[in-house]
Amino acid sequence: MTEPAVLFAWCATLLIFVPLLAALAVYLVPGRRFGGALCLLVALGLFVPLVLASHALADAGALHFAFGGHTAPLGIELFADGLALAMLWLTNVLLLAVHCYTNSWLRQAPAFRATEFRALVLLLWSGLNGLFLSADLFNLYVMLEIVTLTAVPLVVFSRGPVALAAAMRYLLFALAGSIFYLLGVALIYAETGLLALRTLSPEALMGPAAVTALAVMTAGLAMKAALFPVHAWLPKAHAVAPSPASALLSALVAKAGAYLLVRLWLGPFATIDSAILLQGLAAVGVAGILYGSLQALRQSRLKGVVAYSTVAQLGYFLLLLPLASLVAWQGVIYHALTHGLAKTAMFLAAGNLIRQAGSDQLDRLAGADRFLGGSLMAIALAGVSLAGLPPTGGFIGKWWLVAASLEAGQWWWALSIGAGGLLAAGYVFRVLRHAMQEPSEPTPVPDHERVTPTMIWVPVALALASIGLGFTGDLLAPWLAIGAPFADTGGTP
Amino acid sequence: MNLVYALTAGLLFAIGLYGLLARSELIHRLLAANVMSSAVFLYLILIATAPAGDPDPVPQAMVLTGIVIAVSLTAFALALLRYFQALNARRALEDEADGDD
Repeated sequence: MTEPAVLFAWCATLLIFVPLLAALAVYLVPGRRFGGALCLLVALGLFVPLVLASHALADAGALHFAFGGHTAPLGIELFADGLALAMLWLTNVLLLAVHCYTNSWLRQAPAFRATEFRALVLLLWSGLNGLFLSADLFNLYVMLEIVTLTAVPLVVFSRGPVALAAAMRYLLFALAGSIFYLLGVALIYAETGLLALRTLSPEALMGPAAVTALAVMTAGLAMKAALFPVHAWLPKAHAVAPSPASALLSALVAKAGAYLLVRLWLGPFATIDSAILLQGLAAVGVAGILYGSLQALRQSRLKGVVAYSTVAQLGYFLLLLPLASLVAWQGVIYHALTHGLAKTAMFLAAGNLIRQAGSDQLDRLAGADRFLGGSLMAIALAGVSLAGLPPTGGFIGKWWLVAASLEAGQWWWALSIGAGGLLAAGYVFRVLRHAMQEPSEPTPVPDHERVTPTMIWVPVALALASIGLGFTGDLLAPWLAIGAPFADTGGTP
Repeated sequence: MNLVYALTAGLLFAIGLYGLLARSELIHRLLAANVMSSAVFLYLILIATAPAGDPDPVPQAMVLTGIVIAVSLTAFALALLRYFQALNARRALEDEADGDD
């Protein structure tokens, strides 16, 4: 057995560079069949470094690795802990699922620009892995930009004026967000002369410049993550993108910004713990949960419901800031995992409904249960997990968050989590009610756009996985605690 | 002297932010975003200068990388803008027109 640090260095390098090189190969080598096969191969192959990295982390705790032996400040350092590991696993599982789905779907869509789509998805993947592994502020900025530059074009693949307007709005928000973030990085460097997260000491970050830096970075990342008051681009962009792309944008890309917020607030800035500020931010999160859910209840299109649900679910991340305990940390990561699986399942299933019913208008879904049973089942199962009914993964994540709020004596967050769950159940069951209604006139089963069995099984499997996470809480909790910024206080999990 | 540069950077950032928020024409908003990034780059160059001795290379490396990123983002945004205008025959995003219908 090699040293954990060496092993981790190899794994991290592979996780970033294999998708990057595969993207070049897909772009340069013609042939759809080759592209599809390569994507699947990469997705399956990357489980090897993931498993090895997990073992290395289990042996040695959170790990650092400096590329080429050049350490901070000039070198590029990579880093992984339980949170990074969870996000890497989620990314890989979702990309495997999306590639399976896309390969099957593209066989039915000969006009779709498959090569460019696959190359962009692979680049996005490389950027996400890099983001989750990065350990310094500037490197995170670069990775964030790679993610933006590959995520926005994915929206344009659904052609037409609406898609372009949505992509344009997304790009403007992302542009502003990245400039704000970079300004924050510059302010921190001017103040401390440091960039690496581990060398930034909380004591050095107490002055007014550091507080300003945190404020502009939070604003920038909130734009990228579409947190509530600056969420306007998300529902439009996610609803109009091709369904596999919507799935990735909702389940991973929006989460990348939230991930970074958590890293900053609980990492180098953990000393800024003014109760009013933290409670206020969590209150913004709750406002996002309520607003997103209420909007989801009002949507007339299925993908609009699912996209607004993302705005709501992202709000839970902010609850971690005032709770700041190991249980809350594990709860938020668990929430991120189950939401990622459930949201991908919902978007892929919604894609099937659009193909077969010809539209995703909710009132045209009546009678859809006759010919779309599989896809509807995926939506229902994923929705149950989103709503947090036991025994699903969503329940575990919310339960830990509730436990953490009660333990911290902040019962009002527990109430908000309950309300968020109820509202989620509301908008999911509203979709199902529409789909199970008797159609007013007998609709012929449309079969001009075929949905292959793979396209049904992938979302069903993801939804089942999201529910299955409800049985693995005790198993995964120690992994999520690796390198957590909180000591184990003997909480519930 | 440093104060002049710092104030210039602050002013440019404010002008850019105003343009991004207040203008509706997309090309103006894009240019405003570019003015904002230039302000941040100017600030980074400013913190790289040392009163005596060699300048700090780290912010300079950050500016170089930042310029590359800004150029790619702007190039992509311009391409998107042309495509948008060709399809939409308008130059601004209208919030009501492409609402959730």
